[in-house]
Amino acid sequence: MVEIPSGSAGAIPSAEVEDVELYHPKSWWTKYVFSQDAKIIAVQYSVTAISIGLVALVLSWLMRLQLAFPGYFAFIDADHYYQFITMHGMIMVIYLLTALFLGGFGNYLIPLMVGARDMVFPYANMLSYWIYLLAVLILAAGFFAPGGPTGAGWTLYPPQAVLSGTPGGKDWGILLMLSSLIVFIIGFTLGGLNYVVTVLQGRARGMTLMRMPLTVWGIFTATVMALLAFPALFVACVMMLFDRLLGTSFFMPAIVEMGEQLQHGGGSPILFQHLFWFFGHPEVYIVALPAFGIVSDLISTHARKNIFGYRMMVWAIVIIGALSFIVWAHHMYVSGMNPAFGFFFATTTLIIAIPTAIKVYNWVLTLWRGDIHLTLPMLFALAFIVTFVNGGLTGLFLGNVVVDVPLSDTMFVVAHFHMVMGVAPILVIFGAICHWYPKVTGRMLNETLGQIHFWTTFLGTYAIFFPMHYLGLLGVPRRYFEMGETAFVPPSAHTLNIFITVMALIVGAAQMVFLFNLVWSLFRGREAGGNPWRATTLEWQTPQTPPAHGNWGKELPVVYRWAYDYSVPGAAEDFIPQTVPADGGVTREVPA
Amino acid sequence: MAVVLILVLIVVGSVLFHVLSPWWWTPIASNWTYIDSTLVITFWITGIVFVAVVSFMAYCVFRFRHKPGNRAAYEPENRRLELLLGGGTAVGVAAMLAPGLVVWNQFITVPDDAVPVEVVSQQWLWSFRLPGVDGKLGRAETRDVSPENPLGLNKNDASGLDDVIIEGGELHLPVGKPVRILLRSIDVLHDFYVPEFRAKMDMIPGMITYFWFTPTRTGSFEILCAELCGIGHAQMRGTVVVEEAADYQTWLGQQQTFTQLMASGEPRPAN
Repeated sequence: MVEIPSGSAGAIPSAEVEDVELYHPKSWWTKYVFSQDAKIIAVQYSVTAISIGLVALVLSWLMRLQLAFPGYFAFIDADHYYQFITMHGMIMVIYLLTALFLGGFGNYLIPLMVGARDMVFPYANMLSYWIYLLAVLILAAGFFAPGGPTGAGWTLYPPQAVLSGTPGGKDWGILLMLSSLIVFIIGFTLGGLNYVVTVLQGRARGMTLMRMPLTVWGIFTATVMALLAFPALFVACVMMLFDRLLGTSFFMPAIVEMGEQLQHGGGSPILFQHLFWFFGHPEVYIVALPAFGIVSDLISTHARKNIFGYRMMVWAIVIIGALSFIVWAHHMYVSGMNPAFGFFFATTTLIIAIPTAIKVYNWVLTLWRGDIHLTLPMLFALAFIVTFVNGGLTGLFLGNVVVDVPLSDTMFVVAHFHMVMGVAPILVIFGAICHWYPKVTGRMLNETLGQIHFWTTFLGTYAIFFPMHYLGLLGVPRRYFEMGETAFVPPSAHTLNIFITVMALIVGAAQMVFLFNLVWSLFRGREAGGNPWRATTLEWQTPQTPPAHGNWGKELPVVYRWAYDYSVPGAAEDFIPQTVPADGGVTREVPA
Repeated sequence: MAVVLILVLIVVGSVLFHVLSPWWWTPIASNWTYIDSTLVITFWITGIVFVAVVSFMAYCVFRFRHKPGNRAAYEPENRRLELLLGGGTAVGVAAMLAPGLVVWNQFITVPDDAVPVEVVSQQWLWSFRLPGVDGKLGRAETRDVSPENPLGLNKNDASGLDDVIIEGGELHLPVGKPVRILLRSIDVLHDFYVPEFRAKMDMIPGMITYFWFTPTRTGSFEILCAELCGIGHAQMRGTVVVEEAADYQTWLGQQQTFTQLMASGEPRPAN
């Protein structure tokens, strides 16, 4: 077992890491546009992801307007509605959450937190961003293509995804979607290999794996998972493109479409579902694990207390990452696959609840006997725990195969996954932006605007998605353009739909407050100084803020302790940075 | 303090909403009351955990929020506590999983006396096929679908000639008799979903999927499609009528068999 690093004399930094010669930009273009600096690339990733995310936000407004006021808005017909939900889902999961956590936070934080000058392959890193941007542009092109974007649902299930009954099925929509995903995966692979190699090879002297902040552990594990999971989506996209363009039948059985026999035969639609969810379930944790890691560091820093059970937290991240590859078919309990699989996948799925629950316990136990500063990052962390616990617990309904049968494909599922992988990770993103904004810009975010945004977002999203579960329990199916007259749906359910839509409009508007805050504080925010939160981790110990190209000045940092020396008994301050040698803080025994 | 108050309000509000909300499952009309029971067990266990975790958080914020001079405790690990909590969680998980798997086993074990009933889906229409006097359904394939033969029955299979074909109409079922619902699609994915029966299953072109249930009360129930199947998805509705055996036999006698359908030679109305 690896020991928890401590300030004691036993933990002397080991292997020497060779310093690297970085590419020095010669012009404005190579410094800020075609930059090879991970920090600039991180900002590029983040701005692009948030921009396309705003499109997804508007789409969610439109779909909510249709659900609350069916038939009132003439421009929202069934075609458009399904295009809106499809693009909203795909943008949020892939182009916003994945790109922002790994491309945005990964790029900014990995080199700084492990004490590297940059990513190990800066040029590939730059390419990764530009390929991602290309993927976003191809995706957005769907809105302007003849027939519009695909309306197949974000799961893109064939055969309907490539047939004429679905918007974009026989037009450009599905082609652009599949192409965009393929390009995204190529770009991600370039970036992802970079993150993994940087964590494994680029760490500063003394930064052992078990001294890394949990943020790095979360992003690192998620990246490894993404490198293993995305290829399944990649081949699925290629195969569907072949089916659509070349007349192959990977996913296409014999079909009579609108009275006409198609020239396909022998393919398996359910094969696509297996490939999709073999990617799709790890994807949930590709988004969740960075959030888990980041929120651990937010809680620890702002409660001035070491994260409780660090080793267990690391192992929980690794175990969740591994288990998430053998639970995928819990998305397919009623897909028509061999029902005997239900026993296996229900068991693995519910087992994954145990390491996840341990993480939740350790977060709240970190609060216990802490010195809780209710800063914006801490508020978002608390909101994350509430939301994540709620969404995680409803996962126990859907994971338990027989309970899933009445609930699958209803609004219960929509409510569940929005809580657990929509709202919860986004709350962490907001908390993380509030936490690291001072390092990125050198200025603090405005507290009042931040509070307005926080409370509206937290309580608003809870008011949207908590009651939504009960619509699903009632039996309201998801992906319905309109409910129409349905005997088992009482009029009160429609009132609830109107309430949810009003809340969604308010929460959406509150995001404008946040964006305004980001821009306003850039010019008017209070000067932050190098380490406003009095945090221990390396990124707060840089010689300049914002950190310069190369991060560390002449000398690379040397790490002497783990990332969580907060409120160490006997120490003068309530934090000891990782760079402080054993005798510079306080000597103590290795914790039992 | 506002934070503490709001956390407490979230706990109390969520519990009250659960108890008082008018939105709950539809009255059941099948034998799957065990599914409802498992769901209730899950509500109890997860509800208790939710209340406990958020209340504990509220207490921590109340008790340990920053005041000048405060200092946090230093406690990196507590192996005993971590094992205890992990073990407790495992017990809770087992308490939900075990009954769930038992009921799942019942769900996928079709009783021998279940009568086969075929549901055939296409964009955006439900059709049905019931066995004739021989009690067997004949073979059918998507390749054999044509305007005259909308469900694609094999004309050379004698056991299919007396099959009862209902195209786009109502499905009737006798109350109290277990049925094995065989699901077939001729174009894209669909899902046969009647909320009152609790059961649902996807329909996949090229495959036959199934589930079984016993209707337990008479009445008329709406069939919905629960798997996105294109722009007509929300309009793809049907009706299943559960009635007493005598009424069912009367209705059955009025339906046409495959042989009658072929003989009538009526061109199929365009959908």
